[in-house]
Amino acid sequence: MSEIRNLSRRTLLGQMFSAGAFVLAARVAPENALAAATKSSTGDWHPNLWLTLSPDGMLTILAHRSEMGTGVRSSLPAVVAEEMDADMGRVHIEQAIGDARLGSQDTDGSCSIRLFLTTMHEVGASARTMLVNAAAAKWGVPAADCAAKNHQVVHAASGKALGFGELAALAAAQPTPDPKSLVFKDPASYKYLGKDFPITDLDDMVRGRAVFGFDAHMDGMLHASIERSPVIGGKLKSYDGAEALKVKGVRQVVTIAHSDPPWLFKPLGGVAVVGDSTWAVMQGRKKLKVEWEPGPNGSADSVAFRAGLMETARKPGKVVRNIGDVDAAFTRAAKTVEAEYTTPLLAHASMEPPAAVAEFKDGKVVAWAATQNPQAVQDTVAAALGIKKADVTCHVTLLGGAFGRKSKPDYVAEAAILSKQCGKPVKVAWSREDDLRFDYYHSTAAMYLKAGLDERGNPLAWLQRSVFPPLMTLYDPKAIYPSFELSLGWTDVPFDFKNHRAESGPASPPLRIGWLRSVASIYHAFAVHSFLDELAHTAGRDPVEYLLAQLGPDRKIDFKAQGVASGSDGKDEYAYDTARLRRVIEIAADKSGWAKRKPAKGRALGICAHRSFLTYVASVVDLEVDDKGGIKIHRVDTALDAGRIVNADRVRSQFEGAAVFGTSAALMGEISFRNGRVTQSNFHNHPVARMSEAPRETHVYIVPSDAPPAGVGEPGVPPMAPAICNAIFAATGKRIRELPVRKTKLV
Amino acid sequence: MIQLTVNRKSRSFDGDPEMPLLWFLRDELQLTGTKYGCGLGLCGACTVHLDGKAVRSCQTPMKAVAGKKVTTIEGLAVNGDHALQSAWKQHNVPQCGYCQSGQIMQAASLLHEKPHPSDADIDAAMDGNICRCGTYQRIRAAIKTAAAAKTATLAAPRQERVELAAAPPGIKLPSTESASELQPELVAGEAAL
Ligand code: FES
Ligand code: FES
Repeated sequence: MSEIRNLSRRTLLGQMFSAGAFVLAARVAPENALAAATKSSTGDWHPNLWLTLSPDGMLTILAHRSEMGTGVRSSLPAVVAEEMDADMGRVHIEQAIGDARLGSQDTDGSCSIRLFLTTMHEVGASARTMLVNAAAAKWGVPAADCAAKNHQVVHAASGKALGFGELAALAAAQPTPDPKSLVFKDPASYKYLGKDFPITDLDDMVRGRAVFGFDAHMDGMLHASIERSPVIGGKLKSYDGAEALKVKGVRQVVTIAHSDPPWLFKPLGGVAVVGDSTWAVMQGRKKLKVEWEPGPNGSADSVAFRAGLMETARKPGKVVRNIGDVDAAFTRAAKTVEAEYTTPLLAHASMEPPAAVAEFKDGKVVAWAATQNPQAVQDTVAAALGIKKADVTCHVTLLGGAFGRKSKPDYVAEAAILSKQCGKPVKVAWSREDDLRFDYYHSTAAMYLKAGLDERGNPLAWLQRSVFPPLMTLYDPKAIYPSFELSLGWTDVPFDFKNHRAESGPASPPLRIGWLRSVASIYHAFAVHSFLDELAHTAGRDPVEYLLAQLGPDRKIDFKAQGVASGSDGKDEYAYDTARLRRVIEIAADKSGWAKRKPAKGRALGICAHRSFLTYVASVVDLEVDDKGGIKIHRVDTALDAGRIVNADRVRSQFEGAAVFGTSAALMGEISFRNGRVTQSNFHNHPVARMSEAPRETHVYIVPSDAPPAGVGEPGVPPMAPAICNAIFAATGKRIRELPVRKTKLV
Repeated sequence: MIQLTVNRKSRSFDGDPEMPLLWFLRDELQLTGTKYGCGLGLCGACTVHLDGKAVRSCQTPMKAVAGKKVTTIEGLAVNGDHALQSAWKQHNVPQCGYCQSGQIMQAASLLHEKPHPSDADIDAAMDGNICRCGTYQRIRAAIKTAAAAKTATLAAPRQERVELAAAPPGIKLPSTESASELQPELVAGEAAL
């Protein structure tokens, strides 16, 4: 239960609400294990939501998580409005600035709803109770005879009614109800929750009015374009800005100090051209003469790097999960199968490149940024300028996609540093080239799998080994063994193997690594579920039948008892329930017509079922490989069980989008580097799925569930690569073990 | 000095004639509905109409727009009720929303040329517009809905007052023309809708 306090007439976030306004604050302890592991916890008050009801009836609900396309800016406030029985037409959603008192604002890990759904219900129910009590007291009737109804409190017996606005001042004087006494709305009477409702920014988005970081504007601001070392870790040797300064509109050429590892969210450093317009500084930057000292990564090569990872994966690693005796079981096997899988670095490539505007004035910074984590902006900017976190105000714009990139605010720090140097607000808007060359890339990975099969082809023994540069190297270059990434599809493999060993090897990246939508699940699911499909074919069995057989009897897996990380928050309510995975497999198979499929030349189905971010997902891909080796994905059927959901339409849209994102990663996504320099620069050499390459239709089936809420933004991605590659095998007999698929000639 | 018309309003420019129209719209007119995504004509985020036809504003230098009519997403329909905008809302197309101005402008040009596009027409016309969030199937559905609804939308001229949204502090909203500056007649590219 959250603690809820009545904060009427207090100053919140530096904002004074008008007298008579009714303000509620609630808190929950931050529960995101990932966030807790990498960020300091303030440990004290964490109010996570504010609600303000004005005397005119306008209800303002604070959205404290960032909107990057999931709809969360609309979903969480809708829960409050639902519990209050408020009229959505009189609800204004206000985006919160970064403030530690809100609890975690780090919008990643697909956990906004999971962490804050209960709190939002409590805030709404609490506000409703106070409004009802206020009206009952005014009328001198029992509160039990009154009810909230469409922005009013009504007394059915007398027909009396008072609007929420009219009750604001009275409600503010009511004692805050004990959270344990709260009565929640009957889900059967929900107007919004679990149904489809439009996002609050919809109209602005179709009219070009939605404001993203790239659109943020401060009066008197200058623009900046920054030349950075093409090799990460390279140092500035010399520069000459004379020609750049001749470009009309260019005012200054200044440097940003170089950073050393650990990279954290620090700006990389470089030479900035500052001027009056985007075009002027872009032109000026082309005229810069800069020499770099490449530094320790100057000879790094992605092909050699990946070969090194594979070499490590062939050797015994650190055991991260062990059941039975794999080595003994291999000796009893009728047949042994082994396979090696590799995946490349990936770029986030959100359509809006990183962008922010910041002003340094009187020792304080105000920034407007497309950021997933405004509190990290405060920390990063404060550290960069040597000022206090409290002196950094971060406003959050809409994000034009993010996928994990925009939780790392190096670009906001650049804007703040330049503003301090130039004495004016400075906007830093990265070019696409900057975005692709200076990303925090999704790790490249190498995986080795080996199975010993019995006569029926079932695994007697299963060995899996993965090697990839860990995310923690961002914080500590010596952290060469992965940590929580293993819980993303590696140690939490749910199959009922009697002899099962998972291992992990060390790696250290030559550039900045970061999390990307569904993180390690992408390569782990690719290896595990491709290999499972290989075994099914080796056994001459149907892949769906084989998958269900390996899943074993319905059970809840106690990973903790095995000493294994599983992404379940260590909570029983999120224990891995194989019956729920079975159910989504059955639905996806049924809806895709799996059992009735007929062999057709070059066309086939492939399946993958995978739980990530606590959501159970199964996807069947129906694709065709033409005579020239071109791939057409006709259809995707995705079934999911995410527990309780808020906005059904946004759940579907996230899974539709994940099918496209997963298709990009599987078919074409790759960042490579030579001599330490990233090879790709724009969408011509870093393609992402276009309309004709994306799945033509994705059908999403949401399992109705009362289970605690789970993730939605990410879990649709991991099944795509294996389902696609399994379908390609069924269609062509070609087994893809290296992503992206386009590296393999299919005909 | 370059003279042009942007959303039915005449404008002039006397800077670098090589500067792409994209930056004139965004930096000088604060019409930020038109987006940057690649700067190389590869993504379609910057799509506007030039004399009624979809062009990539990042690939259109100012010297090429002299005397021409430019329509941006802000000027597509005075009240934001173009058949495509309504269809986009009906299908809840946007996720992050960033690419959607370009998608809508590209689709409007398509419907002008082909009022009833086939799936192949839609693929061909829309393939240059990337949506990293993956809203393609809803874009396709919305284009079909708009194509079916187009006759109904033609009926009334759009002259109603433009409501101005309140800007959050520190952020300037894309400038919105006031009603008096808007001409009742539709530009060529929109006539079909
Ligand atoms: S910004 Fe013009 S096509 Fe990408
Ligand atoms: S909606 Fe986000 S890029 Fe298209």
